[in-house]
Amino acid sequence: MLVVAFVAFSLFQYVGDPVQLMLGQFATPADRIRLTHELGLDQPFYVQFFHFVVNAVHGQFGVSLRIGKPVSVLLAQRLPATLELSICAALLALAVGIPAGVYAGLRPNSWLARLAMSASLVGVSLPTFLIGILLILVFAVKLGWLPAFGRGDVVHLGGWTTGLLTTTGLKSLIMPTVTLALFQLTLIMRLVRSEMLEVLRADYIKFARARGLSDRAVNFGHALRNTLVPVITITGLQLGSIIAFSIITEQVFQWPGMGLLFVQAVSYADIPVMAAYLCLIALVFVVINLIVDLLYYVVDPRLRIDRTSAAGH
Amino acid sequence: MRKGVSLCISALFATMLVAAPGYAATFRWASQGDILTFDPYAQNESFNNTFNAYVYESLVQYDKKFDVVPQLAVKWEQVTPTQWRFHLRPNVKFHEGEPFTADDVVFSIHRQLSKRSMTKSYLVGVADAKKVDDLTVDIITDGPAPVLLRQLTDVRIMSKSWCEKHNVVDVQDYVAKEETYAVSHADGTGPYVLKSREPDVKTVLEANPHWWGKLEGNVTEIVYTPIKSAATRTAALLSGEIDFVLDPPPQDLPKLKSDPNIKVVEGTENRTVFIGMDQKRDELLYSSVKGKNPFKDLRVRQALNMAVDIEAIKRTLMRGQSIPTGELITPESYGYDPTIKRGPFSVAKAKALLKEAGYPDGFEVTLDCPNDRYINDALICQALTSMWAKIGLKVKLDAMPKAQYFAKINKLDTSLYMLGWAVATFDAQDALINLVHTRDGKGSGEYNDGSYSNPKMDELIEKMKVETDVPKRLALIHEALRMHAQDVAHIMLHQQIIPWAMRKNIAVIHSADNRLRMQWVHVN
Repeated sequence: MLVVAFVAFSLFQYVGDPVQLMLGQFATPADRIRLTHELGLDQPFYVQFFHFVVNAVHGQFGVSLRIGKPVSVLLAQRLPATLELSICAALLALAVGIPAGVYAGLRPNSWLARLAMSASLVGVSLPTFLIGILLILVFAVKLGWLPAFGRGDVVHLGGWTTGLLTTTGLKSLIMPTVTLALFQLTLIMRLVRSEMLEVLRADYIKFARARGLSDRAVNFGHALRNTLVPVITITGLQLGSIIAFSIITEQVFQWPGMGLLFVQAVSYADIPVMAAYLCLIALVFVVINLIVDLLYYVVDPRLRIDRTSAAGH
Repeated sequence: MRKGVSLCISALFATMLVAAPGYAATFRWASQGDILTFDPYAQNESFNNTFNAYVYESLVQYDKKFDVVPQLAVKWEQVTPTQWRFHLRPNVKFHEGEPFTADDVVFSIHRQLSKRSMTKSYLVGVADAKKVDDLTVDIITDGPAPVLLRQLTDVRIMSKSWCEKHNVVDVQDYVAKEETYAVSHADGTGPYVLKSREPDVKTVLEANPHWWGKLEGNVTEIVYTPIKSAATRTAALLSGEIDFVLDPPPQDLPKLKSDPNIKVVEGTENRTVFIGMDQKRDELLYSSVKGKNPFKDLRVRQALNMAVDIEAIKRTLMRGQSIPTGELITPESYGYDPTIKRGPFSVAKAKALLKEAGYPDGFEVTLDCPNDRYINDALICQALTSMWAKIGLKVKLDAMPKAQYFAKINKLDTSLYMLGWAVATFDAQDALINLVHTRDGKGSGEYNDGSYSNPKMDELIEKMKVETDVPKRLALIHEALRMHAQDVAHIMLHQQIIPWAMRKNIAVIHSADNRLRMQWVHVN
């Protein structure tokens, strides 16, 4: 994470000059020099970086140059929106992707599986923003069923805001969720399908069938379970990227999450927000990788045995 | 046919009846970016200033023709050339009930002049403000100040007691760790009261029932939503979720115009777009010419100017939505000289001039250009490179986002650059001081990024700054503008035309400063 912060900070030397944007076109040189100095932008970047790290360790990320609110408050306000969207998208991707993948793996030649496979090509190859805009065009402009932008009405629960409890909130959630989930969904489906095809050829499946176990027990108890390790790895990493790359979806739908905050920050050279966001995303990836590693133990008994035997030596 | 016309007329009457004053209406609108802060002195950004004006008022304001008319001041006079006396409107109250008095005006001007204020530039030349009595204020200037009133249109008045109560006597300090109260709360005297504010989500204002004035329009609630993505903005307008878009994307205009539920209102913007040239360095930073600077030669500047086929740019790139010009300022600004014309387009003459200047084979140079600031900015620059290629110049284009671009050219790290200038005070003096006066590091020539310098020009500008005789001052301005054109201090391109898109039932007054004035908006 220190590396991420360092790289981010070296890049900030090239994002532009917030002072120019803050003072407008008629500022005097004296004002410009004063503000540059107050913001510490006249110092070499390693000094700025050092200050940033020291403050960050103390939980201080400074004040957004764009909207004048503390960065930590801004991120905390935006986190619920992004998490809600990402988790819904991940759940949708899993809930549709795994069954579809299993089905396509079990009946690779059925017309439904073929249809799903060719449809998945669309999901893999169309860029997110295009899918989002197409959805808006169809469901908001032509049909008028769903709102084109925003999060609808939200309910405040303590420090958390949720759109899951209101009709407008739920309606607003549909299109961004589908947009964000589509790529992951097709990826998971294709992955599960190819893993299933592989596993179904394995000896232990033939053996299981020879034992006269029901199709259900064979397919789900043995086959699916053995496909899960790679699926969990990929899904975990993808969840990280869903959160990180919700930027595009959030921008298309004006979804008030952290990604949108970041995009606005970039166009305003709002350095404190950019730095804090990148560090937070780095943290998310670290945490998710940790969880993925822990999940291996749950689904794969061999790893558990290895550990106990290793402890015995 | 006749029947159709009479039907139209009766329909018109019907809508007028519905639009009668008192009819309450919500106005939902969007543009690309959000309001930054409700502290009117904490940022100097055009859209932020537009929005703050719904809540906060100034001593004076512009009418529909950009003439200065009373707002919080009812009348004013000049006691001496450097002392202006303003008589304030009686019985005005701030949104939270505080009475408006001279103390608030003095406080606001001091606050705006204070160290951390970002909007000091609107008070250039103002030395002090003094209370005479409860409803009279004197503003003291350093010298004669012919544009003071125009400057004051952007000097918003806050409540002294409110600022003291909420600890916002100082303008926000961006180094501090805390936000200030004034960032998301506001207490002005204006026609609208801030009701709720969620950054990047939505901001809601409600009509002020105790406002001293009377709305010409009928908007009683304003809901503003920033929508960053251009396609989504268009979609939201088409689907009727919003009523008005301040910045419809140019590529969507044909579609919007063809939609029966949408109308597009186009008007000129008080902004000219032009190309500047480094005319100071002895050798250009980004050029193949070594040991001398070709742009110091008037003939080279004339050649570049002549080689620009501005009508072609208008026809193809701007789709007719531009007004080619040879003058630094627009007709909307005070001091515009209608006799100044852009010279004729001629490749042959331009070539001959270059040859005369000693560059028969042209030279190489880099053109710096923003790609997200002016309408079609990078495309125009691209067109220019090919037009200049016809007279032998090899122009390399370096286009970048505005956040980087302005930082670069303000360091004078450029040889050839694009700039657009909107005259905030609607007075030519403003443009001349910033763009044409010799750069002195003390406020003059701050945006003269090509360092054009002509002592005669400086003299003219210094004279007009203190000339209080109106016809004499106008003559000085005209002379300076003509000199600017003759010297080809900049290669002038055009005045932009700004489209606003809205639902059919919305009526607005297009403003040349691209500010939507809410008191004139009608929702039918």
